Amino acid sequence: MSLFFMNFLNGISLGMLLFLISIGLTIIFGVLGVLNFAHGSLYMLGAYFCFQIVSLSHNFWGALILAPVVVALVGGVIESMLLRPVYGRDVSFQLLLTFGVLLVLDDAVRLIWGSGYHIVDPPPLLNGVVHLGGFTYPVYSLFILFLGPFIGLGLWAFFRFTLWGKKIRASSMDREMAAGIGINVNHLFTGVFMFGTWLAGVGGALAAPLRAIGPSMGEKIIIESFIVVVIGGLGSFPGAFLGAMILGLINAYGAQYLPKATMALPYILLAIILLTKPRGLLSKET
Amino acid sequence: MNGSARKKALLAFAALVLLGVLPFVVGTYSIMLITEIMIMGIFALSFNLLFGYTGLLSFGHAAFFGVSGYVTAFLLIHDFPSLLLALLLGTLAAALAAIVVGYFSVRLDEIYFAILTLGFGMMFYTLVHQWRSVTGGSDGLTGLVLPSLGIGKLSIDVSSPKSFYFIVAVFFIITILVLLRIVRSSFGLILMSIRENKERAAFTGINIRAYRLASFVISGFFAGVAGGLFAVFDRMASPSMLHWTASAEPVLMTVLGGAHVFFGPVIGAILFFFIEHVITKFTDIWMIFLGAILIPLVIFFPDGVLGTLMTRRKKMREARREGEE
Repeated sequence: MSLFFMNFLNGISLGMLLFLISIGLTIIFGVLGVLNFAHGSLYMLGAYFCFQIVSLSHNFWGALILAPVVVALVGGVIESMLLRPVYGRDVSFQLLLTFGVLLVLDDAVRLIWGSGYHIVDPPPLLNGVVHLGGFTYPVYSLFILFLGPFIGLGLWAFFRFTLWGKKIRASSMDREMAAGIGINVNHLFTGVFMFGTWLAGVGGALAAPLRAIGPSMGEKIIIESFIVVVIGGLGSFPGAFLGAMILGLINAYGAQYLPKATMALPYILLAIILLTKPRGLLSKET
Repeated sequence: MNGSARKKALLAFAALVLLGVLPFVVGTYSIMLITEIMIMGIFALSFNLLFGYTGLLSFGHAAFFGVSGYVTAFLLIHDFPSLLLALLLGTLAAALAAIVVGYFSVRLDEIYFAILTLGFGMMFYTLVHQWRSVTGGSDGLTGLVLPSLGIGKLSIDVSSPKSFYFIVAVFFIITILVLLRIVRSSFGLILMSIRENKERAAFTGINIRAYRLASFVISGFFAGVAGGLFAVFDRMASPSMLHWTASAEPVLMTVLGGAHVFFGPVIGAILFFFIEHVITKFTDIWMIFLGAILIPLVIFFPDGVLGTLMTRRKKMREARREGEE
């Protein structure tokens, strides 16, 4: 029973991370219409920046604030210099362009930090384990678990109540109409892309103490977040949350009950959902 | 024969002569490089039947490449007597896999199609990764025994790079001829009409799904040809053949060369390996340069290198003709 509960916690905390990354991916898709292949690499960049800042200053909290901002700046450059010329083209070109960005970022990371793995220690406040009736659990994972809902609520409030949030939602519903009523779409696109990559950076910085930081961490997470946003419904915020939780729990319980098949489970789930609900679980279109 | 057809025939003849003469004038390393380019050229051409002609972006094509590679490798490490038969069985396995994957995937469009094929591709990847007893897990299948190739009384030793070069060249030429025939047939025209406007094509009574599936299976078949040859070339099959990053390679080559001209993927394969070859002389980290080359290519050459050059030539010729009139 305690193993079951522990896997539940594992699944939810993994789901929280996936949610952070996927929500950025889905916002960018919803507003810009671009499926960003480089999103996983930007998440990875967040983890590496966090590692770099921590090893220079020994200040995890500072790194958690600063690293995502640097990632967002990188995102701003990508959007305004590279993506802008190809908005009018076929979707596959945008996919390829962001794939080119992925190649550059992944190898740039190898060039700068080498191919080995790096580790970031959790801050002293969150180091160690707690006893939860029958098993011990890392404090840092619990921290992610509790932080997730706050970030989720914060995002919800941002989209619901702020002017920028409303502009973003408006543009994601109808780009042309949004431009027609005086929203500066160019600025909005850059802003949204930077916001999405900032979220990826937050995810990466938060994941830094949880996972070994290596040059292939982006490759794995991008496929997982593709699955999350597609099963939830591309462009849907609640969908991204639902998808992230499902995928997190599947990973955790799969490792417990079906260790041999756990690698394939997310793909099987993806295929089943795409074939029965082609636009995802929570999409408005049918 | 009019001028342009004669020019094309001459060009084809020159290319054939070049293919035949090259292995006698360049070193072993270059022979192997050209062999690999031809194999990946077959892979990219197969992918482009689906992408350039049918309008479906598959991001799981490495599955068929890999399935064929594994079947061929599996047969050859168990002392299978015939190389050609092993390649054929591998290719048929790939086509079979394409029937199953295609049956489900062709219902979807655009990004959803790309993601679903990616998902199926990764299922095959996890299968070969986990099924240790048959596939060797993450080590893959190594130590292929190559039976000599007997055609009539002639027996060819396949293990020398030069003779394998010629075998691959034959497959390369056959693939080109068959795919050319396909895209220039009425079947090919229907595929292109589906690419241009699916709804309108459906209104003329075309069964969209059936045609897409046919294109998918043919494409998977030729990806299988490439995969089997690659396993023989490498003397092994490894899970990385099926990973989604391997599926990205034919996509890159095709876009690099041009998706809307038949030979675009081949030019792309040449460019791809040329870039890799030149850069890996200086550093192992070459993907950063590939990306740095790919990004401006996507921005400034919307039809790929060959495609954009050909459109430009056509425009110039039209401008000249207008000037004459």
